Amino acid sequence: MARVLEGEGRASPDIRRAAFDNDGLAEPVRTFVDKVAHRARTVTDADIGTLRNAGLSEDQIYEIVVCAAIGQATRQYHKALAALSAATGRT
Amino acid sequence: MFVLIRVFSGHPVVDAVKLAFYRPGFYRGGGLTQEAMRGPSEWSVADRELMAAYVSKINETEFCIAAHTATSALAYNDGAKVSATLADLETAPLTEALRATLRMLGKLTRENNVDADDIRRVLAAGASEQQIKDALAVAFAFNVTDRLADVFDFAVDDSAAINAGAKYLLARGYR
Repeated sequence: MARVLEGEGRASPDIRRAAFDNDGLAEPVRTFVDKVAHRARTVTDADIGTLRNAGLSEDQIYEIVVCAAIGQATRQYHKALAALSAATGRT
Repeated sequence: MFVLIRVFSGHPVVDAVKLAFYRPGFYRGGGLTQEAMRGPSEWSVADRELMAAYVSKINETEFCIAAHTATSALAYNDGAKVSATLADLETAPLTEALRATLRMLGKLTRENNVDADDIRRVLAAGASEQQIKDALAVAFAFNVTDRLADVFDFAVDDSAAINAGAKYLLARGYR
């Protein structure tokens, strides 16, 4: 996980972290990342085109998608583990 | 970029494999998925493949539904059981522990949250704490993979390729 956020990449660590968090992004990346997090099946080539027109490269877009996907799955996972701890009284 | 990923390999491999090798220095995902799907667990491989198929069904990710339905069916040697689960979880011929676990994974995937009562119901149905953790690891892996498959538009292969992929996943895993 640290590798996708902080390792070598074409998108800045700040953007990768913000994509992971789905927070603190400017348009058009903000809308795109929220779509990856919550409605990934509705992402279209046109959405990718919007990012390309905004000056992002394919490699940068790829990295943003990976960070957004891992971020959303991580939030789900941590919430479920917290619920498990609450249910069992163990941390 | 979809074209780039599709032509990345000249070999007739499914899109999931192409993505895994697209930029392995940045993200591969195989190690984590391998651990969740094939590492030590009280859940069988077939059970975990069924979880992968079920989570993918909630996400409506056609590629992963097809791949893991086939893999689970092969691992159980019981396609009807897998079909019944995806058609109606409540009436499928499953142990209550697995049914309750799938129900909880479905809620987590759909609503991005579960609470302590949701977990208590899974424990009451007979799943152990460790089984819940193992199931959450499967859900994590596929909530990542489903999103990548959706955004990168993985093509749903014909049934021969899907079945070949299922045999490969059972023989070799996700590494």
